[in-house]
Amino acid sequence: MSSDISTELQKKLEHAFDNDTAVNIKGHSSKDFYGRRTDASLATLETTQHSGIIDYQPTELVITARCGTSIEEIEKTLATENQMFAFEPPRFNHRGSIGGMVACGLSGPARPYAGSLRDAVLGITCLNGKAEKLSYGGQVMKNVAGYDISRLMTGAMGTLGVILDASIKVMPKPETEITLKLEKDATQAMQTWQELGKQALPISASCHLDDTLYIRLSGNAAAVKHATSIIGGEADEAGHDFWQALRDQQHDFFTGNQPLWRLSLAPATLTLNLTGKALTDWAGAQRWIRTDEPANVIRALCESHGGHATLFNPSDNNVEAFHPLAPGIAALHTQLKQAFDPAGILNPMRMLADY
Amino acid sequence: MQEQLDTSGYHGDREALASALQSVLANGAVLSNPEALKPYECDGLSAYRSLPYIVVLPETVEQVQQVLKICKRLQTPVVARGAGTGLSGGALPHKRGVLLSLAKFKRIIDVDVANRCARVEPGVRNLAITEAVKQYGLYYAPDPSSQIACSIGGNVAENSGGVHCLKYGLTVHNIQQLKILTFDGELHTIGGSGLDSSGYDLLALMTGSEGLLGIIIEVTVKLLPKPDTVQVLLASFNDVAAAGASVANVIAAGIIPAGLELMDNAAIRAAEDFVHAGYPTDAAAVLICEIDGPEDDVVEQVQRVSDVFKQSGADEVRVASSDSERQQFWAGRKAAFPAVGRISPDYYCMDGTIPRHQLAAVLTHITELSNEYGLRVVNVFHAGDGNLHPLILYDANIENELEQTEELGRKILEACVKAGGTITGEHGVGVEKLDAMCFQFNKDELQQLHAVKQAFDPDGLLNPGKAVPTLHRCAEFGAMHVHNGEVPFPEIERF
Repeated sequence: MSSDISTELQKKLEHAFDNDTAVNIKGHSSKDFYGRRTDASLATLETTQHSGIIDYQPTELVITARCGTSIEEIEKTLATENQMFAFEPPRFNHRGSIGGMVACGLSGPARPYAGSLRDAVLGITCLNGKAEKLSYGGQVMKNVAGYDISRLMTGAMGTLGVILDASIKVMPKPETEITLKLEKDATQAMQTWQELGKQALPISASCHLDDTLYIRLSGNAAAVKHATSIIGGEADEAGHDFWQALRDQQHDFFTGNQPLWRLSLAPATLTLNLTGKALTDWAGAQRWIRTDEPANVIRALCESHGGHATLFNPSDNNVEAFHPLAPGIAALHTQLKQAFDPAGILNPMRMLADY
Repeated sequence: MQEQLDTSGYHGDREALASALQSVLANGAVLSNPEALKPYECDGLSAYRSLPYIVVLPETVEQVQQVLKICKRLQTPVVARGAGTGLSGGALPHKRGVLLSLAKFKRIIDVDVANRCARVEPGVRNLAITEAVKQYGLYYAPDPSSQIACSIGGNVAENSGGVHCLKYGLTVHNIQQLKILTFDGELHTIGGSGLDSSGYDLLALMTGSEGLLGIIIEVTVKLLPKPDTVQVLLASFNDVAAAGASVANVIAAGIIPAGLELMDNAAIRAAEDFVHAGYPTDAAAVLICEIDGPEDDVVEQVQRVSDVFKQSGADEVRVASSDSERQQFWAGRKAAFPAVGRISPDYYCMDGTIPRHQLAAVLTHITELSNEYGLRVVNVFHAGDGNLHPLILYDANIENELEQTEELGRKILEACVKAGGTITGEHGVGVEKLDAMCFQFNKDELQQLHAVKQAFDPDGLLNPGKAVPTLHRCAEFGAMHVHNGEVPFPEIERF
């Protein structure tokens, strides 16, 4: 399915700008739970119909697609050429569009080894809050002409622009992949990560849950075999499913309504003194915790380690979904929002309480 | 207005400004005498020169804050300068402004082995970081060719690349936190100790912002474990197009080399005469391909790359049999620029990036342009990521030859944009590519970039006149370069 409705989207947004009426940008709605609750009475700007792959040349290692194209459709296309999104974006309930993927900026288990979605974003075309159609970046890996607006838009939750299309770096699929399971408590897991981090091993994901350390190796057969002999542990036949479930948050850990916090920390940070069940991903740099501890306690702890905490499944806006910004940084955000969306019509209060 | 280098800026007495700055800095940290200013008149792009009004050499963050506060009060432009190795005139001084040298910020503040990162001051040399962490088996990946001299603050300002970008990314992929000062002197921490941070991605926005948004005062870089094994292949081709095509074939085979460089015949000959690397001087092109990683992976990939090269028409593929031979393969590539310096009084290094499948077509077009202008062009570049560095040979002493060279350069960049690429892959826009920005971006896009600048620097005094051209400039430039009767920016009043 492929259709270009950019002109229609631009006209709708022009109309909204002229009439000073705000819009909620709506793609697949697979990540509606993420970020702040917005005013449902606002008009929606539906982007799903703006879909289709615009350009894909495997040897360029880049794919350009319209915002409404589904992540799964693109991944199927990439797989036919033995390529993939190396940053493993989550697909909640098998849904999710490229526009939403870029706007939310989430990456999966491979992130510490293969880079993030933001790292892979090479260019975008967007509509700013004045309904001007703008293109930045491009389809090439190296491009330093103008400020890096493409990456600024990544993770901005649609508050700076409506993403129309995005060019994203892709990578070859590894020849072999295996998962190793090692019995380790949290402290031992941390020590193992320290040891492994000093060596150039073909690790592509690493997670700790329930006294088990999971390590995924990706590469050619000989290199994977060699790394297995260094790391030890037992091969996990269900490894592939484990990483998929972790990536898409289908794992049991993610079910239920208890607050789910995502802590982003320096990987070697010692286990934080918080009650609740924890899952540590990204070799320590991303920690999920299900806890009823107060937000200020969690955030103060993270801040003291130079990190930040996101409430991943907020039920309302009583607790801010995203970690509060330092005052000076908040002021820069306000000015940037003003620069892209002076009338404040794009996804109001989706990211921050003030606009 | 950003580019009125002559008319905007500080209009008071030089001594008054010097004494205000002297009051917050150590003795000898304010330079105002023309002889002392001379070494700062240009950066690595020496075709552009301008004496700064005053140079300051602060040593502490507080001093930089004081300098900025004075400059804000006196509405004086500030141009930050690292090691001065930039190739686009990004650190070209403002005639009526303060040149802020960060050369004294040379401390490696902290190496955090457990988290594989290092916190360093902006004046630390790129290579010095790797040297300082080598003992832990770690290194800092981005390696611009000037890495022995260039500073990390400048690397961030320019989003520097290097030979190993294809696999390891640019500066933006290899830093995790910045401390910056905005023009009002306020200190901001951007990014964090984790792999991401809350809010907009200001880390990406700052990286490559060419000193227009803030002064980089501290950088936390990511460190990687040194790969166990590194191997290099040298393949020669009797046809440049075949060499270009083989680059795509390597990628198609699912291999991401650590580096993949192409040199054309002129570059091969110049390098060979200079360092005797053993390159085949009759080849139309050579490719130098570096593979790194776990030993088993490297052995297999080297074999596969070798096969791909042969299948793509390589006459000969050599695999380095020792460390010294590996270094020898690289020696010619690394010496290519100075080698070209030996065969021409001057050369002008371009920096466009194109999609890899356009390599052959764009190289052919460059040859045509070279013939049309009667100026020799040598090609030596990062083929793996399509980042061209055509070197235009000229003689500045011949009347008009620099102007001809610049025009040829612009045409090459125009060809890069038309091929789906960009006017600058890693050198930045600076002052050099302001006109080229006019054909890469339209009016709304440029205005949006100006609005971003305004958000960080409402006074418009941090490195004014660089990186983003004014709409008037593009209108004027467009008027000079009318194509098919289509005037760019028709809505803008012309003078």
